Amino acid sequence: MSRIELRGVSKSFASTPVLNGIDLHIEAGEFCVFVGPSGCGKSTLLRLLAGLEDVSAGEIEIDGVLVNDLPPARRNVAMVFQSYALYPHMSVYQNMSFGLQHRKLPAAEIEARIAEAVRILQLDGLLQRRPKELSGGQRQRVAIARAIVRQPKVFLFDEPLSNLDAALRVQTRLEIARLHRALGSASMVYVTHDQVEAMTLADRIVLLQPLAGRADALSVAQAGPPLELYHQPANRFVAGFIGSPAMNFIAATVKSLGDGMVVADVHGMVCEAQLSAQGLTPDEPVTLGIRPEHVLLGQGTQQARVCHVERLGELSHVYLDLPGSRAPLLAKSPRDDIAIDDLLPFELPAQVMHLFRADGVAQARSNAAAAGAADPAAAAST
Amino acid sequence: MPETVLQAAFPSVPRGGLAAQRVRRAWWMAAPMLLVLAAVGGWPLLRTIWFSLTDSELSRLDDYTFIGLENYVGEYGLLASTDWWHAVGNTLLFTGLSVSLETLLGLGVALLLNQPSRLRTLLRAALLVPWAIPTVVSAKMWSWMLHDQFGIVNQQLLALGLIATPLAWTADPQLALFSIVLVDVWKATPYMALLILAALQMVPVDCYEAAQVDGVPRWQVFRRITLPLILPGILVAVVFRTLDALRVFDLIYVMTSNSRDTQSMSVFVREQLIDFGLVGYGSAAATCLFFMIALLSIVAMGLMRKAFERAAA
Repeated sequence: MSRIELRGVSKSFASTPVLNGIDLHIEAGEFCVFVGPSGCGKSTLLRLLAGLEDVSAGEIEIDGVLVNDLPPARRNVAMVFQSYALYPHMSVYQNMSFGLQHRKLPAAEIEARIAEAVRILQLDGLLQRRPKELSGGQRQRVAIARAIVRQPKVFLFDEPLSNLDAALRVQTRLEIARLHRALGSASMVYVTHDQVEAMTLADRIVLLQPLAGRADALSVAQAGPPLELYHQPANRFVAGFIGSPAMNFIAATVKSLGDGMVVADVHGMVCEAQLSAQGLTPDEPVTLGIRPEHVLLGQGTQQARVCHVERLGELSHVYLDLPGSRAPLLAKSPRDDIAIDDLLPFELPAQVMHLFRADGVAQARSNAAAAGAADPAAAAST
Repeated sequence: MPETVLQAAFPSVPRGGLAAQRVRRAWWMAAPMLLVLAAVGGWPLLRTIWFSLTDSELSRLDDYTFIGLENYVGEYGLLASTDWWHAVGNTLLFTGLSVSLETLLGLGVALLLNQPSRLRTLLRAALLVPWAIPTVVSAKMWSWMLHDQFGIVNQQLLALGLIATPLAWTADPQLALFSIVLVDVWKATPYMALLILAALQMVPVDCYEAAQVDGVPRWQVFRRITLPLILPGILVAVVFRTLDALRVFDLIYVMTSNSRDTQSMSVFVREQLIDFGLVGYGSAAATCLFFMIALLSIVAMGLMRKAFERAAA
């Protein structure tokens, strides 16, 4: 059992802050994914956990032991590198056994662990090959096997799928999820820039944002179960990052406030949002958000012209011209008979609208709406 | 696609016409260099080999007779000369000692220089100074420092009480070769260090990090990861230095002149050719030296290719 606790962790390189004010706990056996755009410091955070970098401030505990000053070897973590970091001159077998040889394990134990890893990752027949003679997917599996034989408390994955092609990525993603179930008690911390990987693998997502030189900004934009980030993004950054295609953002002004209801004006078009009105004032400039999958086409009182259509087969991406807005409104539709220049009725349902104030913070969902739209377990916002 | 069209239209155009063109162009590009090499390398070499089969002398270069292998295997031939074999022995001893010392020291220096440090760039530049000084200059410099009466080395050693009487560093038969090796090591270690440093910097950083996370002890990391990965680089450096050391001339000639005790093959060749005027005999010695080095180069290249294939596999 291995709990990881981070308290006030910050990291800067020379005078450039990379990570700031990270408070986080990762439960034993949890699959935690660090996700974020490039430059948000997610790999650095992983390297802090591994002990490959020193923290600039704050504390890291693994299993209740302060590890700030412990070298990587004594933290009982295993890491899978983005580049795999296999030893090029050693065979697959040697790659796995090398990290065990100096641990004074009996030879039979080493054999058994390797045999087990070979079985889990289907490496039979590859043991005598060198990394050069393996495909990308095989190398990746060897790198994971090398981590498994260590039997660590914590697995650290640094973008392990980014060098694989799309099909193999999906397959390996599945294998990693399965592996996590099979290994049970070990925690996994996984870094990726791909939100699909994050959504599909994580028990909990930690979404990091780039500090962009602001000393007061916090690195963690939101941490929580995947569906909580999807349904209840804490701010505009999270809303825009999670979900594909990204959420539509529409500039608006507050028109009137009701009980659990906000009415906003978008260049003469009236939009309702089932959100708490707390803290808002009439005429305040805000940003409305709605996911493409929530826009209803072919019904409702509003009308807009179709400016572009992308047909993906299973569904179509329909781009609508909104009055007074440069960016078109994107809607997902199962119909494939929509053509450019069609005039379509559409509706923005009030119960799925998001609203962000000028500083980017999301307006909380009023209680009635939260129960319907969000995962009940994730109702408590972080 | 164009190739198949071409094939259909002109069956006589060979497949890979572009490749043939590229090969032709490559030969044209290489031709000037090949010509220069033939003029400054090939021709003198052939002439030396030819002279080695004659009784030509310096005072009457054009008046010679062909005597076959007499210079090599005759009664007074090279292979029967104790002086020649002594020179061969000296050269091999010098090469073995200096190259192994340079390799070990060079490896040590390279490992130190590979540690990240602000001084690194400066040190890397400073390191090259001994290598940049012409050998004749550094040999003369060291001769003075090692001078038995006025040299600073003896003075310091005496002052420190390490020796009781001044040592004749370059005149004492026991010490002379050692002194020469010392100077060569001083001069060539930087070269070794830089070549090995280049190899060290090719080792992927994440291999070290993987070993660090796995808790592999430093010595094991060096022995099982660093060393195998830089071995091809070290081998190249060793081969270069060995070929260089086998031809050693200037250092020995400046420091100990023609002394039998330290005479190398090249010094022997010069003595026969110039001092004794025996062009035929000297050429035979030069030819032997050439074939020894050529043979060693071929063997070394074969070994290196194997090592590289193993590293690349």
